[in-house]
Amino acid sequence: MKATCWIGPDKVQVQDVPDPTILNSRDAIVRVTSTAICGSDLHLLDGYVPTMQEGDVMGHEFMGEVVEVGPGVDGSRLRVGDRVVVPFPIACGACLACQAELYSCCENSNPNAGIAEKMFGHPVAGIFGYSHLTGGFAGGQAEYARVPFADINPLKIESDLADEQVLFLSDILPTGYMGADLCDIQDGDIVAVWGAGPVGQFAMDGARVLGAARVIAIDDVPYRLKLAASQGYETIDFSDTDVRSALLQLTGGRGPDKCIDAVGMEATHGAAHVQLYDRVKQAVRSETDRPHALRQAILSCRSGGIVSVIGVYGGMIDKFPAGAWMNRSLTLRTGQCHVQRYMRPLLARIERGELDPIRVITHQLPLADAPHGYDIFKNKQDGCEKIVLKP
Amino acid sequence: MKGTPDPMELNSTTTVNKSAERVYDFWRRFDRLPSFMAHVEDVRITGDRTSHWKASAPFGENVEWDAETTEDIPGQSIAWRSVDGADVDNTGVVRFVPAPGARGTEVHVTLTFDMPGGSLGRAIARYFGEDPSQQLDDDLRRFKQVLETGEVVRSDGAPWGKRARREFPQHPAQPLTDDERKEFLT
Repeated sequence: MKATCWIGPDKVQVQDVPDPTILNSRDAIVRVTSTAICGSDLHLLDGYVPTMQEGDVMGHEFMGEVVEVGPGVDGSRLRVGDRVVVPFPIACGACLACQAELYSCCENSNPNAGIAEKMFGHPVAGIFGYSHLTGGFAGGQAEYARVPFADINPLKIESDLADEQVLFLSDILPTGYMGADLCDIQDGDIVAVWGAGPVGQFAMDGARVLGAARVIAIDDVPYRLKLAASQGYETIDFSDTDVRSALLQLTGGRGPDKCIDAVGMEATHGAAHVQLYDRVKQAVRSETDRPHALRQAILSCRSGGIVSVIGVYGGMIDKFPAGAWMNRSLTLRTGQCHVQRYMRPLLARIERGELDPIRVITHQLPLADAPHGYDIFKNKQDGCEKIVLKP
Repeated sequence: MKGTPDPMELNSTTTVNKSAERVYDFWRRFDRLPSFMAHVEDVRITGDRTSHWKASAPFGENVEWDAETTEDIPGQSIAWRSVDGADVDNTGVVRFVPAPGARGTEVHVTLTFDMPGGSLGRAIARYFGEDPSQQLDDDLRRFKQVLETGEVVRSDGAPWGKRARREFPQHPAQPLTDDERKEFLT
Protein backbone atom coordinates (compact mmCIF):
# COMPACT_ATOMS: atom_id res chain seq x y z
CA MET A 1 0.00 0.00 0.00
CA LYS A 2 0.98 3.66 -0.27
CA ALA A 3 1.91 5.40 2.98
CA THR A 4 3.43 8.72 4.01
CA CYS A 5 6.78 7.87 5.59
CA TRP A 6 9.15 9.93 7.71
CA ILE A 7 12.57 9.80 6.10
CA GLY A 8 14.42 12.31 8.26
CA PRO A 9 14.10 15.88 9.48
CA ASP A 10 12.27 17.97 6.88
CA LYS A 11 11.69 14.95 4.65
CA VAL A 12 8.58 12.84 4.15
CA GLN A 13 7.87 10.58 1.18
CA VAL A 14 4.93 8.55 -0.03
CA GLN A 15 6.29 5.02 -0.35
CA ASP A 16 5.11 1.48 -0.98
CA VAL A 17 5.03 -0.45 2.30
CA PRO A 18 3.44 -3.80 3.29
CA ASP A 19 -0.29 -3.83 4.03
CA PRO A 20 -1.05 -3.89 7.76
CA THR A 21 -2.09 -7.14 9.40
CA ILE A 22 -3.69 -8.20 12.67
CA LEU A 23 -1.03 -8.34 15.42
CA ASN A 24 -3.30 -8.53 18.49
CA SER A 25 -6.65 -10.26 18.75
CA ARG A 26 -8.62 -7.05 19.32
CA ASP A 27 -7.15 -5.29 16.24
CA ALA A 28 -9.06 -4.11 13.21
CA ILE A 29 -7.76 -3.07 9.82
CA VAL A 30 -9.31 0.12 8.45
CA ARG A 31 -9.31 1.17 4.79
CA VAL A 32 -8.60 4.87 5.13
CA THR A 33 -11.05 7.12 3.26
CA SER A 34 -9.82 10.45 4.67
CA THR A 35 -6.82 11.49 6.73
CA ALA A 36 -5.25 14.79 7.68
CA ILE A 37 -1.95 16.47 8.46
CA CYS A 38 -1.86 17.78 12.03
CA GLY A 39 0.13 20.71 13.37
CA SER A 40 1.79 18.24 15.72
CA ASP A 41 3.03 16.29 12.67
CA LEU A 42 5.16 19.35 11.95
CA HIS A 43 7.05 18.75 15.21
CA LEU A 44 7.96 15.32 13.78
CA LEU A 45 8.84 16.80 10.39
CA ASP A 46 11.05 19.39 12.05
CA GLY A 47 12.85 16.73 14.07
CA TYR A 48 11.83 17.92 17.54
CA VAL A 49 10.30 14.64 18.69
CA PRO A 50 12.94 12.03 19.57
CA THR A 51 12.70 8.34 18.67
CA MET A 52 11.51 8.75 15.08
CA GLN A 53 12.99 6.23 12.65
CA GLU A 54 13.35 6.25 8.90
CA GLY A 55 10.32 4.57 7.37
CA ASP A 56 7.88 5.37 10.18
CA VAL A 57 4.37 5.81 8.76
CA MET A 58 2.98 9.22 9.74
CA GLY A 59 -0.52 10.31 10.61
CA HIS A 60 -2.84 10.16 13.61
CA GLU A 61 -6.00 11.73 12.17
CA PHE A 62 -7.86 9.22 10.02
CA MET A 63 -11.16 7.53 9.35
CA GLY A 64 -12.45 4.87 7.04
CA GLU A 65 -14.14 1.52 6.65
CA VAL A 66 -13.40 -1.56 8.73
CA VAL A 67 -12.18 -4.31 6.37
CA GLU A 68 -10.95 -6.91 8.87
CA VAL A 69 -11.34 -7.59 12.59
CA GLY A 70 -9.29 -9.80 14.88
CA PRO A 71 -10.82 -12.82 16.64
CA GLY A 72 -11.05 -10.93 19.95
CA VAL A 73 -13.20 -8.06 18.66
CA ASP A 74 -16.69 -8.13 20.13
CA GLY A 75 -18.99 -8.27 17.09
CA SER A 76 -21.69 -6.30 18.86
CA ARG A 77 -19.27 -3.37 19.02
CA LEU A 78 -17.51 -3.43 15.65
CA ARG A 79 -17.94 -5.34 12.39
CA VAL A 80 -16.45 -5.41 8.92
CA GLY A 81 -18.12 -2.67 6.87
CA ASP A 82 -18.54 -0.23 9.77
CA ARG A 83 -17.59 3.37 9.03
CA VAL A 84 -15.40 4.70 11.81
CA VAL A 85 -13.39 7.67 13.02
CA VAL A 86 -10.28 6.55 14.92
CA PRO A 87 -9.12 8.56 17.98
CA PHE A 88 -5.38 9.32 17.98
CA PRO A 89 -4.56 8.02 21.48
CA ILE A 90 -4.78 4.24 21.72
CA ALA A 91 -6.62 3.21 24.88
CA CYS A 92 -7.13 -0.25 26.41
CA GLY A 93 -10.31 0.70 28.26
CA ALA A 94 -9.40 -1.50 31.23
CA CYS A 95 -6.68 0.24 33.22
CA LEU A 96 -7.24 2.79 35.97
CA ALA A 97 -6.37 5.70 33.66
CA CYS A 98 -8.90 4.62 31.04
CA GLN A 99 -11.55 4.07 33.68
CA ALA A 100 -10.92 7.63 34.89
CA GLU A 101 -11.39 8.79 31.24
CA LEU A 102 -7.68 9.73 31.03
CA TYR A 103 -7.33 7.83 27.78
CA SER A 104 -4.12 9.50 26.56
CA CYS A 105 -2.49 8.24 29.77
CA CYS A 106 -3.53 4.60 29.14
CA GLU A 107 -1.23 2.31 31.10
CA ASN A 108 -1.29 -0.61 28.67
CA SER A 109 -1.35 0.56 25.06
CA ASN A 110 2.28 1.58 24.67
CA PRO A 111 4.67 -1.33 24.04
CA ASN A 112 7.54 1.14 24.47
CA ALA A 113 6.34 2.30 27.89
CA GLY A 114 9.88 1.86 29.21
CA ILE A 115 11.19 4.50 26.79
CA ALA A 116 8.35 6.92 27.56
CA GLU A 117 8.94 6.43 31.27
CA LYS A 118 12.55 7.56 30.90
CA MET A 119 11.43 10.74 29.10
CA PHE A 120 8.33 11.62 31.11
CA GLY A 121 8.69 9.92 34.48
CA HIS A 122 5.68 7.72 33.81
CA PRO A 123 4.58 6.12 30.55
CA VAL A 124 1.96 7.56 28.18
CA ALA A 125 -0.52 5.89 25.86
CA GLY A 126 0.33 4.62 22.41
CA ILE A 127 -0.37 7.10 19.60
CA PHE A 128 -0.63 6.36 15.88
CA GLY A 129 2.27 7.59 13.75
CA TYR A 130 3.89 9.59 16.48
CA SER A 131 7.39 8.24 17.19
CA HIS A 132 8.51 5.11 19.00
CA LEU A 133 8.23 6.89 22.32
CA THR A 134 4.47 6.55 21.95
CA GLY A 135 4.63 2.94 20.87
CA GLY A 136 5.94 2.74 17.31
CA PHE A 137 2.46 2.39 15.84
CA ALA A 138 2.20 2.91 12.07
CA GLY A 139 0.06 5.94 11.30
CA GLY A 140 -2.99 6.64 9.17
CA GLN A 141 -1.64 8.78 6.33
CA ALA A 142 -1.85 5.61 4.29
CA GLU A 143 -4.30 3.46 2.39
CA TYR A 144 -4.83 1.12 5.34
CA ALA A 145 -4.16 1.24 9.06
CA ARG A 146 -4.09 -1.27 11.91
CA VAL A 147 -6.23 -0.15 14.87
CA PRO A 148 -5.55 -1.86 18.24
CA PHE A 149 -8.32 -2.31 20.85
CA ALA A 150 -10.71 -1.73 17.96
CA ASP A 151 -13.74 -2.85 19.97
CA ILE A 152 -13.51 0.19 22.22
CA ASN A 153 -11.64 3.01 20.43
CA PRO A 154 -13.19 3.84 17.05
CA LEU A 155 -16.37 5.89 16.86
CA LYS A 156 -18.94 4.43 14.48
CA ILE A 157 -20.55 6.97 12.16
CA GLU A 158 -24.06 5.76 11.42
CA SER A 159 -25.47 8.92 9.82
CA ASP A 160 -24.73 10.26 6.35
CA LEU A 161 -22.41 13.03 7.53
CA ALA A 162 -19.56 13.61 5.06
CA ASP A 163 -16.03 12.49 6.00
CA GLU A 164 -14.99 16.15 6.27
CA GLN A 165 -17.65 16.79 8.92
CA VAL A 166 -16.48 14.00 11.25
CA LEU A 167 -12.80 13.36 10.43
CA PHE A 168 -11.56 15.90 12.95
CA LEU A 169 -13.23 14.04 15.81
CA SER A 170 -10.03 11.95 15.63
CA ASP A 171 -7.95 14.72 17.18
CA ILE A 172 -8.14 18.45 16.54
CA LEU A 173 -11.80 19.06 17.33
CA PRO A 174 -11.70 17.29 20.72
CA THR A 175 -8.21 18.68 21.38
CA GLY A 176 -9.34 22.28 20.82
CA TYR A 177 -12.55 21.66 22.72
CA MET A 178 -10.69 20.12 25.65
CA GLY A 179 -8.57 23.27 25.82
CA ALA A 180 -11.78 25.19 26.48
CA ASP A 181 -13.27 22.47 28.70
CA LEU A 182 -10.21 22.63 31.00
CA CYS A 183 -10.90 26.37 31.41
CA ASP A 184 -14.05 25.72 33.45
CA ILE A 185 -15.67 28.66 31.66
CA GLN A 186 -17.98 30.82 33.80
CA ASP A 187 -20.56 33.43 32.87
CA GLY A 188 -18.81 36.55 31.55
CA ASP A 189 -15.42 34.93 31.00
CA ILE A 190 -13.10 36.36 28.38
CA VAL A 191 -10.97 33.62 26.83
CA ALA A 192 -7.72 34.31 24.97
CA VAL A 193 -6.33 31.66 22.62
CA TRP A 194 -2.69 31.64 21.53
CA GLY A 195 -2.45 30.10 18.06
CA ALA A 196 -5.11 30.38 15.36
CA GLY A 197 -4.21 27.17 13.59
CA PRO A 198 -6.87 24.43 13.35
CA VAL A 199 -6.62 23.42 17.03
CA GLY A 200 -6.71 27.07 18.14
CA GLN A 201 -9.78 27.67 15.95
CA PHE A 202 -11.55 24.72 17.60
CA ALA A 203 -10.47 25.92 21.04
CA MET A 204 -12.17 29.22 20.20
CA ASP A 205 -15.29 27.41 18.99
CA GLY A 206 -15.20 25.31 22.16
CA ALA A 207 -14.98 28.44 24.33
CA ARG A 208 -17.93 29.91 22.42
CA VAL A 209 -20.21 26.89 22.84
CA LEU A 210 -19.19 26.56 26.49
CA GLY A 211 -20.41 30.09 27.15
CA ALA A 212 -17.45 32.49 26.92
CA ALA A 213 -18.57 36.12 26.74
CA ARG A 214 -15.73 37.01 24.37
CA VAL A 215 -12.97 35.12 22.59
CA ILE A 216 -9.63 36.68 21.57
CA ALA A 217 -7.31 35.05 18.99
CA ILE A 218 -3.54 35.68 19.04
CA ASP A 219 -1.36 34.80 16.03
CA ASP A 220 0.90 36.45 13.45
CA VAL A 221 -0.48 34.83 10.30
CA PRO A 222 -2.99 37.23 8.70
CA TYR A 223 -5.18 34.58 7.05
CA ARG A 224 -5.49 32.65 10.29
CA LEU A 225 -6.53 35.77 12.21
CA LYS A 226 -9.00 36.52 9.41
CA LEU A 227 -10.50 33.04 9.78
CA ALA A 228 -10.95 33.70 13.53
CA ALA A 229 -12.44 37.13 12.86
CA SER A 230 -14.94 35.56 10.44
CA GLN A 231 -16.43 33.73 13.43
CA GLY A 232 -16.79 36.93 15.43
CA TYR A 233 -13.64 36.47 17.53
CA GLU A 234 -11.42 39.46 18.34
CA THR A 235 -7.83 39.25 17.10
CA ILE A 236 -4.33 40.35 18.10
CA ASP A 237 -1.47 40.16 15.59
CA PHE A 238 1.65 39.70 17.70
CA SER A 239 3.93 40.67 14.81
CA ASP A 240 2.98 44.30 15.26
CA THR A 241 1.37 44.47 18.70
CA ASP A 242 2.53 43.91 22.29
CA VAL A 243 0.24 41.07 23.31
CA ARG A 244 0.06 41.72 27.05
CA SER A 245 -0.74 45.43 26.57
CA ALA A 246 -3.34 44.64 23.94
CA LEU A 247 -5.00 42.07 26.21
CA LEU A 248 -5.09 44.59 29.08
CA GLN A 249 -6.68 47.14 26.77
CA LEU A 250 -9.30 44.63 25.66
CA THR A 251 -10.16 43.52 29.20
CA GLY A 252 -10.24 46.77 31.18
CA GLY A 253 -6.87 45.97 32.70
CA ARG A 254 -8.00 42.65 34.25
CA GLY A 255 -6.44 40.30 31.76
CA PRO A 256 -8.26 37.38 30.15
CA ASP A 257 -10.01 35.13 32.70
CA LYS A 258 -8.89 32.03 30.85
CA CYS A 259 -5.91 31.54 28.54
CA ILE A 260 -5.36 28.65 26.13
CA ASP A 261 -1.93 27.76 24.69
CA ALA A 262 -2.70 26.11 21.34
CA VAL A 263 0.85 26.57 20.07
CA GLY A 264 3.28 24.36 21.96
CA MET A 265 6.95 23.69 21.55
CA GLU A 266 7.74 25.58 18.36
CA ALA A 267 6.35 28.98 19.18
CA THR A 268 7.68 32.12 17.53
CA HIS A 269 8.11 35.33 19.47
CA GLY A 270 7.52 38.88 18.31
CA ALA A 271 10.70 40.13 19.99
CA ALA A 272 13.74 38.98 18.04
CA HIS A 273 16.09 38.67 21.03
CA VAL A 274 13.72 36.38 22.93
CA GLN A 275 13.14 34.26 19.84
CA LEU A 276 16.90 33.99 19.31
CA TYR A 277 17.56 33.01 22.95
CA ASP A 278 15.16 30.06 22.79
CA ARG A 279 16.01 29.09 19.22
CA VAL A 280 19.71 28.83 20.09
CA LYS A 281 19.07 26.87 23.29
CA GLN A 282 16.79 24.54 21.35
CA ALA A 283 19.36 24.08 18.59
CA VAL A 284 22.04 22.98 21.07
CA ARG A 285 19.45 20.85 22.91
CA SER A 286 19.93 22.63 26.24
CA GLU A 287 16.22 23.43 25.98
CA THR A 288 14.03 21.22 23.83
CA ASP A 289 10.91 23.36 23.56
CA ARG A 290 10.30 27.05 22.81
CA PRO A 291 7.62 28.16 25.24
CA HIS A 292 6.85 31.76 24.28
CA ALA A 293 3.10 31.28 24.08
CA LEU A 294 2.99 29.56 27.46
CA ARG A 295 5.06 32.26 29.15
CA GLN A 296 2.92 35.00 27.66
CA ALA A 297 -0.32 33.23 28.62
CA ILE A 298 0.83 32.94 32.24
CA LEU A 299 1.93 36.57 32.42
CA SER A 300 -1.30 37.80 30.77
CA CYS A 301 -3.90 35.75 32.61
CA ARG A 302 -5.88 37.53 35.30
CA SER A 303 -5.06 36.61 38.90
CA GLY A 304 -6.86 33.44 39.91
CA GLY A 305 -7.41 32.48 36.27
CA ILE A 306 -6.79 29.24 34.43
CA VAL A 307 -4.09 28.61 31.82
CA SER A 308 -4.95 25.60 29.70
CA VAL A 309 -2.23 24.00 27.57
CA ILE A 310 -3.11 21.85 24.56
CA GLY A 311 -0.15 22.82 22.39
CA VAL A 312 2.31 19.92 22.42
CA TYR A 313 5.45 19.99 24.55
CA GLY A 314 7.98 17.18 24.41
CA GLY A 315 10.81 17.94 26.76
CA MET A 316 12.17 20.75 28.91
CA ILE A 317 11.63 24.49 28.89
CA ASP A 318 13.63 27.41 30.23
CA LYS A 319 12.47 30.46 32.13
CA PHE A 320 9.10 29.19 33.30
CA PRO A 321 7.42 32.19 34.99
CA ALA A 322 6.88 30.38 38.27
CA GLY A 323 6.63 33.64 40.21
CA ALA A 324 3.63 34.87 38.23
CA TRP A 325 2.03 31.44 38.38
CA MET A 326 2.45 31.08 42.14
CA ASN A 327 1.95 34.63 43.41
CA ARG A 328 -1.14 35.25 41.29
CA SER A 329 -2.94 32.03 42.14
CA LEU A 330 -3.05 30.70 38.59
CA THR A 331 -4.16 27.19 37.76
CA LEU A 332 -2.28 25.37 35.01
CA ARG A 333 -4.16 22.54 33.31
CA THR A 334 -3.07 20.39 30.43
CA GLY A 335 -3.04 17.03 28.72
CA GLN A 336 -2.84 15.23 25.44
CA CYS A 337 -6.49 15.09 24.52
CA HIS A 338 -8.59 12.31 26.01
CA VAL A 339 -10.34 12.05 22.66
CA GLN A 340 -12.59 9.12 23.56
CA ARG A 341 -14.13 11.27 26.34
CA TYR A 342 -15.31 13.91 23.85
CA MET A 343 -16.11 12.10 20.58
CA ARG A 344 -19.78 11.31 21.19
CA PRO A 345 -20.81 14.67 22.69
CA LEU A 346 -18.97 16.51 19.93
CA LEU A 347 -20.54 14.35 17.22
CA ALA A 348 -23.90 15.35 18.71
CA ARG A 349 -22.91 19.03 18.55
CA ILE A 350 -21.91 18.59 14.87
CA GLU A 351 -25.25 16.90 14.14
CA ARG A 352 -27.08 19.79 15.86
CA GLY A 353 -25.10 22.32 13.81
CA GLU A 354 -23.42 23.90 16.86
CA LEU A 355 -19.95 23.16 15.51
CA ASP A 356 -18.82 23.28 11.88
CA PRO A 357 -15.49 21.47 11.55
CA ILE A 358 -15.37 21.99 7.78
CA ARG A 359 -14.65 25.67 8.29
CA VAL A 360 -10.92 25.07 8.85
CA ILE A 361 -10.32 23.01 5.67
CA THR A 362 -8.45 24.93 2.99
CA HIS A 363 -6.93 22.09 0.97
CA GLN A 364 -7.86 18.62 -0.16
CA LEU A 365 -5.04 16.66 -1.77
CA PRO A 366 -4.47 13.10 -2.96
CA LEU A 367 -2.30 11.08 -0.55
CA ALA A 368 0.46 11.10 -3.16
CA ASP A 369 0.79 14.87 -2.66
CA ALA A 370 1.36 14.60 1.11
CA PRO A 371 4.95 15.97 0.90
CA HIS A 372 3.64 19.09 -0.86
CA GLY A 373 0.96 19.35 1.81
CA TYR A 374 3.55 19.23 4.60
CA ASP A 375 5.50 21.93 2.81
CA ILE A 376 2.68 24.45 2.42
CA PHE A 377 1.29 23.72 5.89
CA LYS A 378 4.67 24.20 7.54
CA ASN A 379 5.53 27.33 5.59
CA LYS A 380 2.01 28.81 5.81
CA GLN A 381 1.78 29.12 2.05
CA ASP A 382 -1.28 29.31 -0.14
CA GLY A 383 -3.45 30.24 2.83
CA CYS A 384 -3.00 26.74 4.22
CA GLU A 385 -4.99 26.15 7.42
CA LYS A 386 -5.91 22.45 7.24
CA ILE A 387 -5.18 19.73 4.70
CA VAL A 388 -7.30 16.64 4.15
CA LEU A 389 -5.60 13.82 2.26
CA LYS A 390 -7.50 11.28 0.17
CA PRO A 391 -5.81 7.88 -0.23
CA MET B 1 35.69 -10.03 38.75
CA LYS B 2 35.29 -11.53 42.21
CA GLY B 3 35.42 -15.28 42.65
CA THR B 4 32.04 -15.49 44.37
CA PRO B 5 29.76 -12.67 43.19
CA ASP B 6 27.02 -11.39 45.48
CA PRO B 7 23.51 -12.64 44.91
CA MET B 8 21.76 -10.42 42.38
CA GLU B 9 18.44 -9.07 43.67
CA LEU B 10 15.77 -7.71 41.34
CA ASN B 11 12.87 -5.70 42.72
CA SER B 12 9.87 -4.30 40.91
CA THR B 13 6.27 -3.42 41.51
CA THR B 14 3.16 -2.56 39.55
CA THR B 15 -0.53 -2.02 40.25
CA VAL B 16 -3.04 -4.21 38.43
CA ASN B 17 -6.67 -3.12 38.15
CA LYS B 18 -8.03 -6.47 39.35
CA SER B 19 -8.77 -7.99 42.74
CA ALA B 20 -5.94 -9.46 44.79
CA GLU B 21 -7.56 -12.91 44.47
CA ARG B 22 -7.61 -12.68 40.68
CA VAL B 23 -4.01 -11.44 40.43
CA TYR B 24 -2.82 -14.10 42.87
CA ASP B 25 -4.68 -16.83 40.96
CA PHE B 26 -2.97 -15.85 37.73
CA TRP B 27 0.52 -15.80 39.23
CA ARG B 28 0.02 -19.01 41.17
CA ARG B 29 -0.18 -20.92 37.90
CA PHE B 30 3.56 -20.84 37.34
CA ASP B 31 3.12 -22.34 33.87
CA ARG B 32 1.59 -19.00 32.78
CA LEU B 33 4.65 -16.97 33.78
CA PRO B 34 6.47 -17.54 30.45
CA SER B 35 3.68 -15.59 28.70
CA PHE B 36 5.07 -12.35 30.08
CA MET B 37 8.50 -13.03 31.67
CA ALA B 38 11.19 -12.39 29.09
CA HIS B 39 13.86 -14.77 30.34
CA VAL B 40 11.57 -17.63 31.41
CA GLU B 41 11.08 -20.03 28.51
CA ASP B 42 8.99 -22.71 30.12
CA VAL B 43 7.60 -23.74 33.50
CA ARG B 44 6.12 -27.18 34.03
CA ILE B 45 4.06 -27.98 37.11
CA THR B 46 5.49 -31.22 38.53
CA GLY B 47 3.61 -31.56 41.80
CA ASP B 48 1.56 -29.83 44.47
CA ARG B 49 4.43 -27.62 45.50
CA THR B 50 7.02 -28.34 42.85
CA SER B 51 7.75 -27.08 39.35
CA HIS B 52 10.47 -27.33 36.72
CA TRP B 53 11.78 -24.07 35.18
CA LYS B 54 13.72 -23.42 31.97
CA ALA B 55 15.20 -20.00 31.40
CA SER B 56 17.16 -18.54 28.54
CA ALA B 57 20.71 -17.58 29.34
CA PRO B 58 23.19 -15.64 27.22
CA PHE B 59 24.76 -17.26 24.15
CA GLY B 60 21.70 -19.40 23.58
CA GLU B 61 22.36 -21.56 26.63
CA ASN B 62 19.42 -22.60 28.76
CA VAL B 63 19.52 -23.00 32.49
CA GLU B 64 17.09 -25.28 34.27
CA TRP B 65 16.07 -25.92 37.81
CA ASP B 66 13.45 -27.53 39.98
CA ALA B 67 11.64 -25.20 42.33
CA GLU B 68 9.55 -25.73 45.40
CA THR B 69 6.87 -23.41 46.68
CA THR B 70 7.83 -22.23 50.13
CA GLU B 71 4.87 -20.00 50.89
CA ASP B 72 1.38 -19.86 49.45
CA ILE B 73 -1.17 -17.62 51.14
CA PRO B 74 -4.21 -17.25 48.86
CA GLY B 75 -4.74 -13.66 47.75
CA GLN B 76 -1.64 -12.46 49.62
CA SER B 77 1.70 -13.98 48.70
CA ILE B 78 3.60 -16.69 46.91
CA ALA B 79 7.25 -17.59 47.40
CA TRP B 80 9.47 -20.24 45.83
CA ARG B 81 13.09 -21.31 45.72
CA SER B 82 15.17 -23.55 43.56
CA VAL B 83 16.05 -26.90 45.11
CA ASP B 84 19.57 -28.34 45.31
CA GLY B 85 21.24 -28.95 41.99
CA ALA B 86 20.00 -25.86 40.15
CA ASP B 87 22.26 -24.31 37.51
CA VAL B 88 21.62 -20.96 39.20
CA ASP B 89 20.23 -20.98 42.73
CA ASN B 90 17.36 -18.54 42.91
CA THR B 91 14.35 -17.47 44.94
CA GLY B 92 11.23 -15.49 44.24
CA VAL B 93 8.58 -13.85 46.35
CA VAL B 94 5.47 -12.00 45.23
CA ARG B 95 3.19 -10.09 47.56
CA PHE B 96 -0.30 -8.95 46.54
CA VAL B 97 -1.53 -5.90 48.45
CA PRO B 98 -4.87 -4.20 47.85
CA ALA B 99 -4.19 -0.59 46.82
CA PRO B 100 -6.12 2.02 48.82
CA GLY B 101 -9.41 3.35 47.47
CA ALA B 102 -10.26 0.54 45.05
CA ARG B 103 -7.21 1.21 42.90
CA GLY B 104 -6.59 -2.46 42.23
CA THR B 105 -3.80 -4.64 43.59
CA GLU B 106 -0.17 -3.74 44.16
CA VAL B 107 2.15 -6.53 43.05
CA HIS B 108 5.56 -6.48 44.73
CA VAL B 109 8.13 -8.90 43.30
CA THR B 110 11.62 -9.77 44.49
CA LEU B 111 13.79 -12.26 42.63
CA THR B 112 17.27 -13.27 43.75
CA PHE B 113 19.88 -15.14 41.75
CA ASP B 114 22.86 -16.63 43.53
CA MET B 115 25.26 -15.88 40.75
CA PRO B 116 27.59 -18.69 39.74
CA GLY B 117 31.27 -17.83 39.40
CA GLY B 118 33.20 -18.06 36.18
CA SER B 119 32.06 -17.25 32.69
CA LEU B 120 28.38 -18.17 33.18
CA GLY B 121 28.06 -15.76 36.09
CA ARG B 122 29.75 -12.98 34.17
CA ALA B 123 27.60 -13.60 31.11
CA ILE B 124 24.40 -13.54 33.15
CA ALA B 125 25.47 -10.32 34.85
CA ARG B 126 26.11 -8.74 31.45
CA TYR B 127 22.77 -10.06 30.16
CA PHE B 128 20.87 -8.25 32.88
CA GLY B 129 22.92 -5.09 32.37
CA GLU B 130 23.53 -2.16 34.64
CA ASP B 131 19.94 -1.97 35.78
CA PRO B 132 18.87 -5.58 36.27
CA SER B 133 15.46 -4.65 37.65
CA GLN B 134 14.57 -2.97 34.34
CA GLN B 135 13.90 -6.38 32.81
CA LEU B 136 11.62 -7.26 35.71
CA ASP B 137 9.88 -3.87 35.27
CA ASP B 138 9.18 -4.84 31.65
CA ASP B 139 7.97 -8.29 32.77
CA LEU B 140 5.50 -6.69 35.17
CA ARG B 141 4.28 -4.24 32.52
CA ARG B 142 3.41 -7.24 30.36
CA PHE B 143 1.88 -9.07 33.33
CA LYS B 144 -0.41 -6.07 33.82
CA GLN B 145 -1.25 -6.00 30.08
CA VAL B 146 -2.13 -9.68 30.07
CA LEU B 147 -4.35 -9.43 33.16
CA GLU B 148 -6.06 -6.17 32.21
CA THR B 149 -6.36 -6.54 28.42
CA GLY B 150 -5.88 -10.25 27.74
CA GLU B 151 -2.58 -10.20 25.87
CA VAL B 152 0.80 -8.53 25.40
CA VAL B 153 0.37 -5.41 23.26
CA ARG B 154 2.34 -5.28 20.01
CA SER B 155 3.06 -2.47 17.55
CA ASP B 156 4.71 -2.44 14.15
CA GLY B 157 7.77 -0.79 15.73
CA ALA B 158 7.85 -3.20 18.69
CA PRO B 159 6.17 -6.39 17.45
CA TRP B 160 8.16 -8.82 19.56
CA GLY B 161 5.80 -9.23 22.50
CA LYS B 162 7.79 -10.41 25.47
CA ARG B 163 11.04 -10.41 23.52
CA ALA B 164 10.80 -6.62 23.40
CA ARG B 165 14.05 -5.78 25.13
CA ARG B 166 15.34 -4.20 21.89
CA GLU B 167 14.85 -0.49 22.41
CA PHE B 168 16.74 1.09 19.52
CA PRO B 169 16.76 0.88 16.64
CA GLN B 170 13.40 -0.86 16.40
CA HIS B 171 11.51 -2.05 13.36
CA PRO B 172 10.20 1.08 11.62
CA ALA B 173 6.61 1.95 12.54
CA GLN B 174 5.34 0.45 9.30
CA PRO B 175 3.58 -2.87 8.71
CA LEU B 176 5.64 -6.07 8.77
CA THR B 177 6.44 -8.09 5.67
CA ASP B 178 5.31 -11.72 5.60
CA ASP B 179 8.84 -12.86 6.45
CA GLU B 180 9.05 -10.45 9.37
CA ARG B 181 5.70 -11.70 10.68
CA LYS B 182 7.05 -15.24 10.68
CA GLU B 183 10.23 -14.13 12.43
CA PHE B 184 8.72 -11.82 15.04
CA LEU B 185 5.36 -13.36 15.85
CA THR B 186 6.29 -17.01 16.34
